[in-house]
Amino acid sequence: MPYTPHTESDIREMLKTIGIADVDELFASLPTEVRIDGLELPPSLSEEEVLRIMSGLAGLNAGQSEYVSFLGGGVYDTSSPAAAAAIVSRSEFLTAYTPYQPEVSQGTLQVIYEWQTFISRLTGLPVSNASMYDGATAMVEGVLMALAKTRRKVLVVPETLNPRYLAVLETHMACEQVEIRTAARGDDGATSAASLREVLDDSVGVVVIQNPNYLGCLERCDELAEAAAECGALVVAGVNPVSLSLLKTPGEYGAAVAVGEAQPLGIPPTWGGPLLGFLACSDDLKRQIPGRVVGRTEDGQGRAGYVLTLQTREQHIRREKATSNICSNQGLNMCRATVTMAMLGKGGFEELGRATRIRCEALKTEVTAVPGVTLPFVAPVFNEFVLRLPVPAREFTAFARQKGLLAGIPLDGVAGCGEFDLLVAVTEKRTAEEIRHYARVLLDFVEEED
Amino acid sequence: MSANVEPRRWGASLEPNLFELGRDGRRATVMPAWDGDPVDVTLPAAYLRTDPCDLPSLSEPEVMRHYTRLSNLNHHIERGMYPLGSCTMKYNPRLNEVVAAMPGFADLHPEQDEEDIQGLLCALNLLQDALCRITGFDACSLVPAAGAQGEFLGMHVIRALHLANGEPHRVEVLIPDSAHGTNPASVVLTGMKPLTIASGVDGRLDPEVVRAAVGPNTAGIMITNPNTLGLFETDIVEVARIVHEAGGRLYMDGANMNAILGKAHPAKMGFDVVHLNLHKTMSTPHGGGGPGAGPICVTAELAPFLPGPTIVEADGVFHLDDHEGECRPAIHAYQGNVGVCLRALAYILRLGGDGLERVAERAVLNANYLLRRVVDEGLLQVDHPDGCLHEFIATGRDWKEAYGVRTLDVAKRLLDYGVHAPTIYFPLIVEEAMMIEPTETESRETLDEFVEILRAVRAEAAADPEILHRAPVHTPVGRMDEARAARQPDLSWLGPCNCG
Amino acid sequence: MERKYTKEHEWVTVDGDVATVGVTEYAATELGDVVFLELPEEGSTVDQGAAVGTIETVKSVEDLYCPVSGEIVEVNEAVLDAPELVNQQPLEDGWLFKVQMSEPSQADELLDEGDYASLIGG
Repeated sequence: MPYTPHTESDIREMLKTIGIADVDELFASLPTEVRIDGLELPPSLSEEEVLRIMSGLAGLNAGQSEYVSFLGGGVYDTSSPAAAAAIVSRSEFLTAYTPYQPEVSQGTLQVIYEWQTFISRLTGLPVSNASMYDGATAMVEGVLMALAKTRRKVLVVPETLNPRYLAVLETHMACEQVEIRTAARGDDGATSAASLREVLDDSVGVVVIQNPNYLGCLERCDELAEAAAECGALVVAGVNPVSLSLLKTPGEYGAAVAVGEAQPLGIPPTWGGPLLGFLACSDDLKRQIPGRVVGRTEDGQGRAGYVLTLQTREQHIRREKATSNICSNQGLNMCRATVTMAMLGKGGFEELGRATRIRCEALKTEVTAVPGVTLPFVAPVFNEFVLRLPVPAREFTAFARQKGLLAGIPLDGVAGCGEFDLLVAVTEKRTAEEIRHYARVLLDFVEEED
Repeated sequence: MSANVEPRRWGASLEPNLFELGRDGRRATVMPAWDGDPVDVTLPAAYLRTDPCDLPSLSEPEVMRHYTRLSNLNHHIERGMYPLGSCTMKYNPRLNEVVAAMPGFADLHPEQDEEDIQGLLCALNLLQDALCRITGFDACSLVPAAGAQGEFLGMHVIRALHLANGEPHRVEVLIPDSAHGTNPASVVLTGMKPLTIASGVDGRLDPEVVRAAVGPNTAGIMITNPNTLGLFETDIVEVARIVHEAGGRLYMDGANMNAILGKAHPAKMGFDVVHLNLHKTMSTPHGGGGPGAGPICVTAELAPFLPGPTIVEADGVFHLDDHEGECRPAIHAYQGNVGVCLRALAYILRLGGDGLERVAERAVLNANYLLRRVVDEGLLQVDHPDGCLHEFIATGRDWKEAYGVRTLDVAKRLLDYGVHAPTIYFPLIVEEAMMIEPTETESRETLDEFVEILRAVRAEAAADPEILHRAPVHTPVGRMDEARAARQPDLSWLGPCNCG
Repeated sequence: MERKYTKEHEWVTVDGDVATVGVTEYAATELGDVVFLELPEEGSTVDQGAAVGTIETVKSVEDLYCPVSGEIVEVNEAVLDAPELVNQQPLEDGWLFKVQMSEPSQADELLDEGDYASLIGG
């Protein structure tokens, strides 16, 4: 049998040591009424046969390597260094357990410490944990920890929040009996401090800002954070880590917590999982932070090393008093993103931001030259924006797919957008020719429809 | 046939942290050139960060060497045994990794059309079907990204049923004192209330205790079966009858499903929901802490409360049903840890129904063999020495009394012999607990060697307990000052980069 | 000054109607290295038996209960900065907070030294 070493004689000898006659006796404690007679599954296969089945199934899919992708909405077609893939395929990282025994886990622990340092420097907040399931669950955890700090039961989110994140927030806030209020979007695509103030009062514990917001627009984070502070609410900022190469950090505008999706840092999208949430917070919240945290300390001989720390609030100790049930992190993806950041380095990270901006503005220029295509929102953007088409967005994406393009996410019903609105994203991988091709396909379709 | 065992030097030294290594001007990554027209990319200053992000600059060879050296400081399953109770640290087949990395799966964006993901939907459908056959249930959700999320979702589903039935008062969830701490934490997060009940003298649940605890407010019960003592809950059918008669539902924490694959169905035991840890039972790698996956399987009654969209097949074509107009929970931005699910499917296909049953047999065989040897040879005391399923719980009580060494000291000394420590101080109901789960992928020789190591450590404890108090001494670092780490947390490197 | 005790392993000394509260030597030893404390805010009003803070060690978090009702008039800033004081001098510099008692008779009803000694099996 695959993966087990037992020979017939091993089994005989072991049963003899145990003092029983056959393997069935090992299961004598199972009552007959719960027993089954084996599993109704096909018999075991060779590695070759499994590979044939699975590559057959993979072959029925067509992903971002077969199309030119302009899809975003939180998951982006960024590049992933070969070095990062090589490191995470090492048994030492792949097959290690959670680093509960620090003496034999310094590799994993130090990688987490380096990840925490990267996240801290990106967000401008001093404390980071070892990662979360994804951006949406990181936002839930960030909101819950900030609500616990303020002891208030009202959450304000912008209308322009990623609708998938909102859905996850709604599930959890209903359980916590937290009221969710919405700050309306402005005509420019961003949230105005005035519309935020309309829903703020002293009962609001947390204000979520997403920057760039789901429509790609940059929020006036300073003004929003100021409005939140006026009523004593804490800001939880949802951010795209790549954008922090250029954009103002959550620390700079006074956010208490920053969360986001680090998939763009070298993580394959795999239809949305496993992804990589991150969470950072201000120093005064460090003892409320959920999940795992690594700290630097010393051993008895004064050698520097790393341990899991601030663990006492974790579920295995606090049980029913815990404020989070998280007991894992996205270890391997966290490692991959850390190596990706190490590969980028200071210069590469800044260049990544600039390269993204160039392609974004180039695409804007190209597509707005197509008759009838407009940009409904004037707020500045980073890597993603909304196109208003003269034709229904869904019809265009279906057409573009035939031309080898994943043209974007139709926005019908999201943040006040309609059926003609399309969310388009670029990454540093898009070439000038691909961008021109996008505009040509759009032109063809618009002309065909006329 | 006693193996010659001795402490091993680790052979790798500590590594500076990345932020101390960079030099201005070094590069590992360059961006693709831009050959389009020049564009204006300036943004108003109010949107920009004041200072560039201070990051280390290294060459690719330096990056590779740094992380390879760090990797050498880890214990891992391909280095040696991991007898971690409740964690099921079995071998992680490389086939699984090849499958998950196939571009046809890895490159899929979650917003792509159904037509572009037919093979993926077929694969996920196959896995859901297999997990239902393994547990005996009717419906499956692959969305939970971890066991803890599976617990949350499973309890949320039960809560949703009670609400739909007009019984919002049902908020009490019974949890045995032997349960993992995540169980009560998950219950609290669903807005319900955990009530701890005592497990019986033999570590099992007493139906009378359950009968006394249920009432009109009972939402359900969470039971780990086999339980955290490695024992099957022999009265489970009776417990299920009591809870169901009181109007509650039963949640099975499937952390220990490895022991009963192909032998028993949670559904036949009377459970309504079970979560499986794919990173335990289905061999997906732990990755130093994740990502895992914690899918749940449920009865038909609970299926309408699972997250959407769900996969439906018609005439060989797969669709995603959004269940518009229904109130379905959302617990993840997309559909959970799909890559982990694909690894699990590869494992299940490779082993087949017969192979999975052998997994349970050999996991239980290994645990009982080890139990027998350590008890009969006087190496460890076990409160329930007659037999176990996939794991057993020893107590270090006698080591403490005889040699003045604690379970922690024993665990640390084992590290010096190249094996990972067992799970210690859990479950809480056993004093100085040492929870040992060898899994089916360890050979008899490895188990024999583990016995000899325990014998050697016991002899050291008897001769000079200080050896254990000081341990480990052959690892890259010794015991860390955890109090200092928690009193003055140093959680990120503050020094400037690239100054050398 | 007579020292009184609670079942939650806290001690109380009374000066006029101000009670000083700390944890016992037994508790300080059993808890292990104290790494962090959350203490009540000065000026807050607390009831007897209410959870007013937490005491955190490397491996556990325990709630701190207020042994008497009243107003918190002082918290020990020194232990917030150096939680190890609770381990080193639980009965002196490691005191936690002071309560202006609203019902001073509550202090009389706490355990005396003998009761507490038998509680901890000493």
